[in-house]
Amino acid sequence: MNLDFESSWVQLSMAPSRFELWTRRLHVDLPLFAGLMTLSGVASVILYSASGQSVDVLLRQAVRLGLALIVMLAIAQIHPRHLRFYSPLLYGMGVLLLTAVLVIGEIGKGAQRWLDLGILRFQPSEILKLAVPMMVAWYLSERPLPPSLRHVAVSGLAIAIPVGLIAKQPDLGTAMLVGAAGAAVIFLAGLRWLYLFAVGALGAALLPVVWHFLHDYQRDRVLMFLNPEADPLGRGYHIIQSKIAIGSGGFYGKGWLHGTQAQLEFLPEKSTDFIFAVVAEEFGLLGCLGLLGIYLFIIGRCLYIVTQAQDSYARLLSGALTVTFFVYVFVNVGMVVGILPVVGVPLPLVSYGGTSMVTLLAGFGILMSIQTHRKLVAD
Amino acid sequence: MKYYASRRDALESRVFLNRLAFSAAFVLLGTLGMVVRLIYLQVVGHEHYAALSKDNRVKIAPLPPTRGMIYDRNGEVIADNIPSYSLEIVPERVENLAETLARLQTLLDLSEEDLRRFWHLKEQRKSFESIPVKMQLSEEQIARFAVKQPYFPGVQINARMIRTYPYGELTAHVVGYVGRISEADLKRLDPSAYSGTYHVGKTGIEKTYESLLHGKTGYQEVETNVQGRSIGVLDTVEPVPGADLQLSLDIGLQRIAFDALGEYNGAVVALEPATGRVLVFASKPSFDPNPFVSGIGKRDYDALQNSPERPLYNRALRGVYPPGSTVKPFEGLAGLAVAGLDPTRRVSCPGYFQLPNSAHQYRDWRKGGHGAVDLKSAITQSCDVYFYKLALSIGIDALSEFMGRFGFGQRTGIDLPDEKAGVYPSREWKRKHSKYPWFPGETVITGIGQGYVLITPVQLARAVAVLANRGRFVVPRLLDGKRAAGASADLVNPPPEGRDIDLPPEYWNTVIDAMIDVVHSGRGTAKGISAGLTYRIAGKTGTAQVFSVGQGQKYQESQVSKKMRDHALFIAFAPAEQPRIAVAVLVENGGHGGSVAAPVARAVIDRYLRGEAP
Repeated sequence: MNLDFESSWVQLSMAPSRFELWTRRLHVDLPLFAGLMTLSGVASVILYSASGQSVDVLLRQAVRLGLALIVMLAIAQIHPRHLRFYSPLLYGMGVLLLTAVLVIGEIGKGAQRWLDLGILRFQPSEILKLAVPMMVAWYLSERPLPPSLRHVAVSGLAIAIPVGLIAKQPDLGTAMLVGAAGAAVIFLAGLRWLYLFAVGALGAALLPVVWHFLHDYQRDRVLMFLNPEADPLGRGYHIIQSKIAIGSGGFYGKGWLHGTQAQLEFLPEKSTDFIFAVVAEEFGLLGCLGLLGIYLFIIGRCLYIVTQAQDSYARLLSGALTVTFFVYVFVNVGMVVGILPVVGVPLPLVSYGGTSMVTLLAGFGILMSIQTHRKLVAD
Repeated sequence: MKYYASRRDALESRVFLNRLAFSAAFVLLGTLGMVVRLIYLQVVGHEHYAALSKDNRVKIAPLPPTRGMIYDRNGEVIADNIPSYSLEIVPERVENLAETLARLQTLLDLSEEDLRRFWHLKEQRKSFESIPVKMQLSEEQIARFAVKQPYFPGVQINARMIRTYPYGELTAHVVGYVGRISEADLKRLDPSAYSGTYHVGKTGIEKTYESLLHGKTGYQEVETNVQGRSIGVLDTVEPVPGADLQLSLDIGLQRIAFDALGEYNGAVVALEPATGRVLVFASKPSFDPNPFVSGIGKRDYDALQNSPERPLYNRALRGVYPPGSTVKPFEGLAGLAVAGLDPTRRVSCPGYFQLPNSAHQYRDWRKGGHGAVDLKSAITQSCDVYFYKLALSIGIDALSEFMGRFGFGQRTGIDLPDEKAGVYPSREWKRKHSKYPWFPGETVITGIGQGYVLITPVQLARAVAVLANRGRFVVPRLLDGKRAAGASADLVNPPPEGRDIDLPPEYWNTVIDAMIDVVHSGRGTAKGISAGLTYRIAGKTGTAQVFSVGQGQKYQESQVSKKMRDHALFIAFAPAEQPRIAVAVLVENGGHGGSVAAPVARAVIDRYLRGEAP
């Protein structure tokens, strides 16, 4: 069966309106764009409350969003062919910058994640969030699929290098997300279940070794997740307060700006990592379901785009980006509701802070590029 | 070929779609997991969490542990905890903080400094924590506030235990003091271990053994209503009090040392030679540590800081002084051990010494000289010329190495923070610290403990203890034991292995006999203290020059201003045959060691050996 045929059939059956043609020329996928805009709108309402009604915070977040949208639109203009061509280059650059950051950090004797380029300060690890899946997709799409064990091993190495460098910064959360993005590509490429289970078993066996190499604060986080009550004065405080905030929100919530946990400063990091607890407290279960619904809509639209993609590279990359986006949401919400350990991962597009927003929207830019550069009629 | 490719494509697509379906299932399952958890928390657990959060706010209130007490060797309390009332505010429960503080200020005469400190603390503390505005309220202040309490929601008077030092200035330089936790302290302390605690050891034993003294913070889950009143306790984890420490210090002996110094400034350190336990650790003048606990006022602090007598300066631990002639017994040992010195060989002392080809005269303290002296009489009479020559014949590097074995120019490792190391010079030391090479004349004056040599009183006392032990090396130590269970008494700087000084007994005998003569023979420089002794003291006087006298001039005590007068030193151990105490005394600007410093040592030794006041 031919996917091209299918898509062209869809296109033929519904004659494009002028508006659709216009958005297509701008390379904007309208449903996805609408989903993202809805999410950002809702996010600003939440952030206003979580930040203690700070207009200043909202404005700064809006500026970041604007910048991120420009990046998204710019990337959407690039043909997937070119994205593929530049994948190894971007990857190489990213790894180089990561090394630079580590070396500079070594000299400065301290943790270092930032690279200061005078006017611009950014985290190279953010580039890798996109560059790693791009690289692996580039590599595997050139080879027969499902991939052979050798090709899987090469891909695994391509993932492990930047992940190791990021984990050394130390930024365990980002390292995990980058690793997940690369792994998603391999999985989608058709990694045999047998290998998958083997890797899973190996991972489980290596867990004690990993534990050995973790920093004290990272161990604390895991231990505290397992038993938050052990240290209610210090690190367990976040989880306890977060659970109280969520639980006390109930079905309907306490109302916007009326969450006592959030407004009376019981809840730590409430405008960044723990912002989902504010949603849960003020808007209740309904609000949470609504927010998760928006996320599901965005992910659903992305999955649709993935099915429409016309070559292996586009399919693997778009699929991996979609899965990773869900992983972001899941890791953050899972942490806030207490089913996953506390890992410093923000709630995508809702948490305050700009570093991840640009990367996230750049990823959606890639999806839009893939969707809008399709050939409409089969050759 | 094309057929193959398309079949391959078909397989690839099928596998991909299969995996994509799995991914979609993962998304749905994950979402389901989150939703189930949310329902569990928000629907099933709602009542529980709502109760925790609603009107009743559950607060985790830290229960600070009681700080361990500190006792002297006889069980006298030298650091105590007494209840004290402090005015505290929970900022979150006050409507208008600035206005409330202004009203409190007029009501209770709060100083600007109290307010400044409060704002400072507020920055550092967790929300809903009670922050002290003023500690140690007087009865009158408590009464005045109690009447107006209803007008001050969120403000209350709390009883806390506060540190007090009953012996005040006697212990200030040993026990040290606790003070309010500063921003610098917060950087190195675990904030959760110190929540609810406002004091931390700043100096002395209080700082060294902070981890033992502090204890473990407990907590209480408290239900409070909107006004912030506690309406019930849900759960309590009791704090574990800090360990009580017993020091080897003898507070009675410490007082004797202080009194014996009289009007002079100086330091007295006495050790139990066999163990290195510190019996006396006195630095004078001292200061009252109690005001530091609740926060000393700026004016009082400046007065202490700027006083020309420098009471905050720990002379025993950080004061570096030339040891003068007190080094002579050690040097005698150096001569015997490394330079093949014949102790019976007599050296003539004309009252001065000249290096070959030099006109410079190194004078002896006795103008006419000591005549022909052997090692013992050179020590007993403290002949300078003998030791000028001896130092030259040993050579500076060998001398420096040997003296280092007694710990000269090195930190002793006593369990007190910020000890100074002092200097015992060598060629290499000078190369590092000066652009000039080592001059022979510098070896000459090193021979009488002058020149670059700088030692601390505690260092000198340790060297005396090692001498009294006939070579067994010890590290001075204040901590004698601890009373509370649970904490481990990890010794700070454990005594080093293999540092004992192994020399033939006759070497020790020669030098120690000479030191006995210093006190007990007619020509001894400290014969003045021998009257009425029922046991024998081995000692050595020393006089350290502060002011250098020009060539051909005469040092006249009466003509030199008090601050420029020589420092008087005396080292001793007793009983000479079976030493139970080793002492080093330094009297700043005291003049002669024999007349000023030796009586101080005698007073301390007497009291310790006889167990009574002299």
